[in-house]
Formats: sequence, C-alpha cells, structure tokens
Amino acid sequence: MRRATYREGVRTALRDALRRDPRVFLLGEDVGRYGGAYACSAGLLEEFGPERVRDAPLAENGFVGAAIGAAMGGLRPIVEIMTVNFALLALDQLVNNAATLRHMTAGQVSVPLVVRMATGAGRQLGAQHSHSLENWFAHVPGLRVLAPATVQDARDMVLAAFDDPDPVVIVENQVLYPTEGDLDEDAPPVSPWHAIVRRPGRDASIITHGGSLSKSLVAAELLAKEGIEVEVLDLRCLRPLDVDAIVATVTRTHRAVLVDESWKTGGLAAEVCATLVERAFYELDAPVARVCSVEVPVPYAKHLEDAALPSPARIVDAVKGVLHGRI
Amino acid sequence: MTPEPLERMRQMVRIRRFEERCAELYSQTKIRGFLHLYIGEEAVGVGVMGALTDDDQIVATYREHGHALARGVDAGALMAEMFGRSNGCARGRGGSMHIADVSRRFWGGFAIVGGGLPIAVGLALADKTLGRAGVTACFFGDGATEEGAYHEALNLASLWKLPVLFVCENNQYAMGTALSAHAADTELTHEPRAHGIVAERVDGMDVVAVEQAATRALEAIRRGDGPRFLEFMTYRFRAHSMYDADKYRDKTEIARWKARDPLALYAEYLLAEGLAARADLDAIDAAAMAEVDAAVAFAEQGGLEPIEDLTKDVYTHDVSARGAP
Ligand SMILES: Cc1ncc(C[n+]2csc(CCOP(=O)(O)OP(=O)(O)O)c2C)c(N)n1
Ligand SMILES: [Mg+2]
Repeated sequence: MRRATYREGVRTALRDALRRDPRVFLLGEDVGRYGGAYACSAGLLEEFGPERVRDAPLAENGFVGAAIGAAMGGLRPIVEIMTVNFALLALDQLVNNAATLRHMTAGQVSVPLVVRMATGAGRQLGAQHSHSLENWFAHVPGLRVLAPATVQDARDMVLAAFDDPDPVVIVENQVLYPTEGDLDEDAPPVSPWHAIVRRPGRDASIITHGGSLSKSLVAAELLAKEGIEVEVLDLRCLRPLDVDAIVATVTRTHRAVLVDESWKTGGLAAEVCATLVERAFYELDAPVARVCSVEVPVPYAKHLEDAALPSPARIVDAVKGVLHGRI
Repeated sequence: MTPEPLERMRQMVRIRRFEERCAELYSQTKIRGFLHLYIGEEAVGVGVMGALTDDDQIVATYREHGHALARGVDAGALMAEMFGRSNGCARGRGGSMHIADVSRRFWGGFAIVGGGLPIAVGLALADKTLGRAGVTACFFGDGATEEGAYHEALNLASLWKLPVLFVCENNQYAMGTALSAHAADTELTHEPRAHGIVAERVDGMDVVAVEQAATRALEAIRRGDGPRFLEFMTYRFRAHSMYDADKYRDKTEIARWKARDPLALYAEYLLAEGLAARADLDAIDAAAMAEVDAAVAFAEQGGLEPIEDLTKDVYTHDVSARGAP
C-alpha cells in the first residue's frame, strides 16, 4: 500500500495489462509520445514500444471503430478518448457496433474492448469541454459503464474491465487525476460491478459516483458537525446499476439525496430515483432530492461554473431538505 | 481592399503583445481554463483577414484570439471575456476558446477539432441561397484534417459549389503529435484536390504572401468557382496550451522557425523597402502596448454576470407556461 495519484492508479493498471497479455495495446490521441493528455500513459511508450502504445490521429470515430474491429479480430485494445466531449464523435461506433454485435449475431461476435475517457467540469473549460454524459453510455444495453471515484478504483476498474469479455466504458472525472489516495498495486481487484458504502450513517443516504463522491463526503462531514449522520453510497458501476445496494441504503436511512454532475433531465439520478420508487417506495419517509448540474451548457466564468455544478453546500441543503420535519 | 503596409504590421504586433500579456495573466490566474496562443502564426490570420471584406464570415478554432483581433473584435471585450467578466464579448460564458462577435461575422471559436468545418459550409450555403456576397473563411489546424468532418465538409462545399475559403494553418503538430505521425500523406493539398477543390500551399510566415494568396483565392470564389483551399506553413512558438510542457519538439526545430518570425520578417521588409522607419515600428509597438494595457484595465473593471442570469440564453424564450408562444 502506498500513496499515489489517481492518474498513477490508472497507469499502474495499464502497465499491468500490457505486461500480462501480449494482445493488449493502448490506442488514443497523444497516448504515446506525449504520454496522454492527463499523463495516464506517461512512460509506457518507452517501455512497450509504438505498436503496443499506439498514437492515433484525431479521428475518434475511426480509431474507436478500428479498436472494435481489432477486438473482434483477437486483440485486446484499451482505448483512451481524450475526453467524453470528443467521444461524441465516436458514439456511432460505440452504440451501433460495440454495444450491439454480440446480441445481433446471437453471440457469435465478441468485442472485448475497454474505452477510457475523462469526463466532467470544474476546470473552467467552457461548454464544449465540460460535459458529463456518462448516463448516455449507461443507457445502452451491451455496454458496461464504470466510474472510478478513488485511486484504488482507478486501477482496479481498468483491470476488471480488461478481464471482461464485453465492451466497458470507464469514465474518469478529470478533476480526480491529480488527487491522491491509497493504492495497493498487488491487491486482487475488488469487483467493480457493485456499489460501496464510503461512509455509514443513519439519517439519510447520499447516492453518488465519480467526481461527485468527494463533494458528497465533504457535505457529509459538514452535516456531521451539526449532528446529522448521512450514509454515502458510491455507485461505482453505472450499468448495470447495483439496485440491491441502492435499496439497502435507503432501507437503512429512509431518505435519499442523489448527487450527479450530469444534467437532471433524463440523467442517471433520474434512473436511481425511479429505481427507488419501484423498489423502495414504502421505505421512503420523504421525497427524494436530486443535486445535479443546472440545465445550462457549462459556462466559463468561475462563479457561473460553480453555480452550475453540484457543490457541498447544495448537497448539505438538499440533505436538510429531505430531513425537514424530522430535525 | 489591400491594407496599407503598416496596417499589417500593426495587426500582427497587436496580436503578439496581446497574447504575451495573456500568458502573464494566465500565470497570475486572471485567465483560466485552456489558453492556446497564436504566437508565431500571426501572419496567417492577419494576411487572410486583410483580404476579407465586412460581408465575409469567419469560423475559427480555440486558437482564435489573433483572428478575433485582426477582424476588429474589441481587445477590451476579448480580454474581459477571458477574465470571465460581464463586459466580455460573451459575458464571460465562453472564455478563451469561444470568442464570438457576430456583429463582425466572427462566429466564434469552435473547440471540438473539426467541428467548425461543417458550420462554415452551412454559413456559405446560407450566403449563396440568400444571394449574399459573402465568403466564409474557415480556419483549422493540420490535426483537423484527420477528422471525418473535414472530409465531409470538403465534399459538401465542392459538391454544392459553395463560397468557402478553407484556411489550413499547418503548424505541423496536433498537440503533441507531429504531422508525419498523424497523416499518412503529409501533403495536405492532396485531399482537397481529390474533392475537386483548387488547393495551394503558401509560406505562412510571410504576411504579404498570405494576403496575396488569400486575395487570389477569394477572387476565384467570388466568381462562383466554388471553394478554395489554402495551406499555410506555419509554427506555434509556444506550447499547444498553457498545460503543455512542450517536450515533444526539438529545440533546434523551434529555433529554426523562430528565425522566421513573421513580425521580424515583415519589419525587415518594411525597413528595406523604405515603407517604414524604425520610429514607425516603435510607435506601432507603443500603441499596441497601450491598447493591451487599456484592454486589461477594461477587463479588470468589469463586473460579474449575475448568478440569476445563469440560465439566460439557453433558449430564446420559455415555453413551459401554458399559452406560451
Ligand atoms: C474532436 C477533438 N479531439 C481532440 C481534441 C483535443 N485537442 C484540442 S486541440 C488538439 C490538437 C489540434 O491540432 P490542430 O488541428 O493541428 O490545431 P492546432 O492546435 O495545432 O492549432 C487536440 C487533440 C478536441 N478538442 N477535439
Ligand atoms: Mg496543428
């Protein structure tokens, strides 16, 4: 166990996968010579050479499609799309091909593909570089979607995705890359397909994932100072959702606040909310609250961007809202 | 209309000084987000803008401060935008990558690589359909030529014989990837030619050559010949963005290009031809510095867009109320 950054967590897993299996190769814009836009693959070109750490031209739909074909043909591509914003150019290949082929061919075709991408806002990058669209992928049967929120998960989820025979999309919130946490490089990866309680509590549940986990934990800390104990559930896997864990936390606390950096309309929080209504309706003592991004293309100016995104303050208010009448 | 010789110098110096200040302001965290500097490439933007008329349209990328300034976008409004202030040209909502001033037909910085190209095709389609005289100048980098949207846009513009001037700013790198590592064919004029578009490669460090090439191309487009393509060989003297450590470029390569600094080349030319005296150049520099100072002062005194207006302009009007239009 050591302290490491989130990007080191990712890099450790990429290196492991490259070492473990000669069929593995990394593919993406600036993954090689440049070492990755977020330095996740720094040093790997030097270690593994240009065939296994392959720089791609700016052609997202093309190289993602090529990775799908390579996976069908027996290779094990791990693709980096610089950010989800550019992954929009590759949606056709991911949604029409990667997600459908196994089913459409009655199981004849396998697409063992890992696609990693940075996501999220908070760095004043403006509307075209600040999207949180993990729910778009989570909508699609045939894809699995992982959202590592910790350094250990940043590593474990790449390895677990690599071990999975189907296409897995990993969304890495870009504000997390420089953050530090504990990393056990030898640990057998914890199953990534299930949610984890990151903080226990009895009064209400915050259900969240990815970049919003740290904001939720800060909010939980602030609430604890006022004697309010919230449980924080990190979803980790966005498709399939861990319905049992969602029901279990609310069965303990009877109140839920859903925190998600995507927009509220049609977002992942809406899916969690619907799950609660279907599966835990009689456990709920109060209406569910959602803390999502304000429905606006994310603006550049700091004060506007801050106002547009979920924040610990907004989460605290929402928790107090669902506790209204009880405290 | 050809600008007078000193005007080209004035524009290039304005851009250079403006962006040098941007870099400083970035280290002081007054400017945030991504900041892509055009330093080294000024002759391209200035030369092309010098050949355009007020009726023409401009589509640019995230590396667009130079184009905006040369097009007459107010330096104060530009700086204020990067400060995220309400006196910015997009009230602080766009930032460095999304400078827009539609009153000058400057449609903005498009920050998804290749994303502006089809937009330019559409603007040209509108001009042509509505019988307007304008030509749409579309700026993009060498990296953008790898995107599918680029090939689609070339074909559309050629097929429909649209008034588009494709301006490829070939600075030979797409972020950290050299042209030879991202393009199978590094002769970027081949692809437009394959789509039936006349294409020419031009020295992008020579502002006069740029302007002349643009003027020739625009004449052909205005005759109704359809789109034209110009590839300008240029180089960014700075890193891709302020986040980039620029470790992938050879020092001698950088030095070789810096020896052909477009400002220095043009200054030499002006002096040698007797078109300007040292004092004229000094005056241009002083004026540019003063303009930048004024722009910073303007930005500093700008207010913040009220948070209540956060969701303003997402739509033209609200349709949620019953009976709404
Ligand atoms: C579709 C897309 N992919 C990736 C990026 C990230 N990115 C921004 S600029 C850039 C390099 C573009 O190079 P080029 O077109 O040559 O323009 P230059 O920056 O050199 O002016 C990259 C990869 C992006 N903005 N959009
Ligand atoms: Mg370039």
